Amino acid sequence: MSWARDKSWLIKVGLASCGIAAGGRKVYDAFSTQFGDRGLDVKLKQTGCMGMCYNEVLVEVSSPEKERIFYGKVTPEKVERIINEHIIGGKPVTEWVIPDEEINSFLAKQTRIVLRNCGIIDPESIDDYLAADGYQAIDKILRSMSPQEVISEVTNSGLRGRGGAGFPTGIKWGFARKSANRQKYIICNADEGDPGAFMDRSVLESDPHSVIEGILIAGYAVGASEGYIYVRAEYPLAIQRLEIAIAQSREAGFIGESILGYNFDFDIKIRQGAGAFVCGEETALIMSIEGRRGMPRFRPPFPAQSGLWGKPTTINNVETLANVPWIILHGADAYNTYGTEKSKGTKVFALAGKVARGGLIEVPMGITLREIVFNIGGGTSTGLEFKAIQIGGPSGGVIPASLADTRVDYESVTETGAIMGSGGLIVMDETSCMLDIAKFFLNFTQAESCGKCTFCRVGTLRMLEILQRITEGNGKEGDIELLEELAQNVKRASLCGLGQTAPNPVLTTVKYFRDEYEAHIYEKKCPAKKCPALITYEIIPEKCPGCGLCTKYCPTGAISGEKKKPYVIDNEKCIRCGLCMKVCRLDAVSVY
Amino acid sequence: MVIEASTREKPSFAVIDAIVHKHNVEAGAVIPVLQEIQETYGYVPPVAIQRIAENMNVPASEVFGIVTFYAQFRLQPLGKNLIKVCHGTACHLCGTETVAERLSQVTGAREGETSQDGMFTVERVACLGCCSLAPCIMVNGETYGRLTPEAIDKIVNEIRKKEAKEIPAPVG
Ligand SMILES: Cc1cc2nc3c(=O)[nH]c(=O)nc-3n(C[C@H](O)[C@H](O)[C@H](O)COP(=O)(O)O)c2cc1C
Ligand code: FES
Repeated sequence: MSWARDKSWLIKVGLASCGIAAGGRKVYDAFSTQFGDRGLDVKLKQTGCMGMCYNEVLVEVSSPEKERIFYGKVTPEKVERIINEHIIGGKPVTEWVIPDEEINSFLAKQTRIVLRNCGIIDPESIDDYLAADGYQAIDKILRSMSPQEVISEVTNSGLRGRGGAGFPTGIKWGFARKSANRQKYIICNADEGDPGAFMDRSVLESDPHSVIEGILIAGYAVGASEGYIYVRAEYPLAIQRLEIAIAQSREAGFIGESILGYNFDFDIKIRQGAGAFVCGEETALIMSIEGRRGMPRFRPPFPAQSGLWGKPTTINNVETLANVPWIILHGADAYNTYGTEKSKGTKVFALAGKVARGGLIEVPMGITLREIVFNIGGGTSTGLEFKAIQIGGPSGGVIPASLADTRVDYESVTETGAIMGSGGLIVMDETSCMLDIAKFFLNFTQAESCGKCTFCRVGTLRMLEILQRITEGNGKEGDIELLEELAQNVKRASLCGLGQTAPNPVLTTVKYFRDEYEAHIYEKKCPAKKCPALITYEIIPEKCPGCGLCTKYCPTGAISGEKKKPYVIDNEKCIRCGLCMKVCRLDAVSVY
Repeated sequence: MVIEASTREKPSFAVIDAIVHKHNVEAGAVIPVLQEIQETYGYVPPVAIQRIAENMNVPASEVFGIVTFYAQFRLQPLGKNLIKVCHGTACHLCGTETVAERLSQVTGAREGETSQDGMFTVERVACLGCCSLAPCIMVNGETYGRLTPEAIDKIVNEIRKKEAKEIPAPVG
């Protein structure tokens, strides 16, 4: 590994899914072609997610003097000028450079432990990982620590499971260690079901070796010899990079028999999920690996006693495991200086929705939601008022702007009625309807319920029907109370976390936005102007020059008029899809 | 890599048997077998279910139960191009509905359907993991973000143009 010390220019292009979706591969190829054609001696590297996804495609240019400049929203067309002016001419193209102040305010409140290598190393290079202290932790424990010492270290760090439930990781490992069975398993849960979150995907795409090293350490600690990584099939790039990393790691002797010459054997396999949210639940996940329908079962016995094929099994989330090598190398005390009394360390969040600077962030526990939304996220993307934040996905809840000073730790978030969850954070502004969001999540959990428990299967459907009725303008007195009652029953009578938490989005929105429910029910109005049955689109004659663009997009032919004269919308034909408003360049379409 | 578009091959026992034998060394291999069958054909052909059941010694009803439980598996052949529309939280908030409406107009396929000309299959998915570029769709394995109705037109037009080059358009 010598590039860091090389005396030449270095260019890194962020090629995680988000970067690729924004056109990163074309940018990378443009640099590569130019360097080849012009015979320039510049090092070009791919790297993972740099975190500032809102600025994709991101390119980092480091001079031989190690001065680093970040370009945002790079396109292939911009590449030539960057090369000519910056690399050859020595002057950065300032208009495309992300200003220092912006980077500083995005990063100032962050602490990078899990994301320590993300956006820095090439995820497909084991050499890069090794140069960043990779596989030092597994070397350290094999050389100098007993399994019990590893468990104590992780316990003392205060690390709690990042998959949602927040169970102390060291204690979980201790249970599995105690099981007398000789055959034990480790499962890395990379099913990432929250539809609006991408923490685990980003870590796997950007730094797969750190997760593999975490699995090896867990395996050594509990006495397991086999591990599975259960990844969503929707993440092809994560799967591909994991496969590469496992092959490299095996080749280098970190996976296999007698690892590093010590008496420790471990093998890792990948299993792809097949698109079922409930398979993120640990007992369902085990069923799925066993080749069956993923239906949760009653616990106890816990997987630590009887899991995969009836053998003791430890299940940990991707982020949990990615923390582990750092903890082993830097010590429990270094880790637990971050965070609050009961929630130690950091948490990775996927910040998205109506936020100006969405991306992948890692913050110390105890930071407030306000700091995340405003200091890191830069407020709303629309410039409209910040209304609420959704945390924890389908199992979580909506926290209103008035509680933005809530601290992000397991206990404080739970107090609001939401849950910490796995790291989804969705910012909402005043155009987001709280009933719509409740309906959205309930629709999701209702469809994903495995159907085993009656209340989860039917109760959620009844709740959804009530919400549907209200948003269609047919709500009636008593609906809110009925929703609340059903919600309590669904929570009480469900076996697994899916049903137990499915009502949370409804309960929190009722709790904090009851007036919005009442407006839908009694005034037949949607204050956020979102619910189709309760709104009307209209063309403002003074603003409409009669260009006719909207008629091209209207799916039902509801807009008519003469060229160069204001058009009109036929209310009977209009299905309130909002396409006209979206395509009008002159804001001539209004909604009320 | 996942093959997103149908290879248009007729299911054959030889291929199915080879896939089964490749995975059957492991316990619980039904799901990986079905995944590879779908990678090969773009869907799980009904004959494959019967054949897998016989080969792996599990009841066909159980294999069918797995196929219907997991959203990934489809029982209908795919169109030439597979478009997955993200209906995750971020995309929902940032206007997937309008994008999806436009997509169904220009492809001629509603979500869950294949267009009459067999050119497009449109599916809805929970989240593509590119939430900060919402709204997103995935076309034949490639993700597109920051979409607008106009961008949808461009993407679909490009596919049509490419297809027209590959196969001469039928006359009339
Ligand atoms: C419906 C449901 C979905 C879940 N989805 C996930 C998931 O996608 N990823 C995850 O790591 N944990 C998920 N969990 C939590 C797991 O059951 C389990 O607690 C976790 O993987 C344990 O790892 P940890 O202790 O490292 O957090 C889910 C739980 C439930 C009830
Ligand atoms: S919500 Fe659409 S990519 Fe995540």
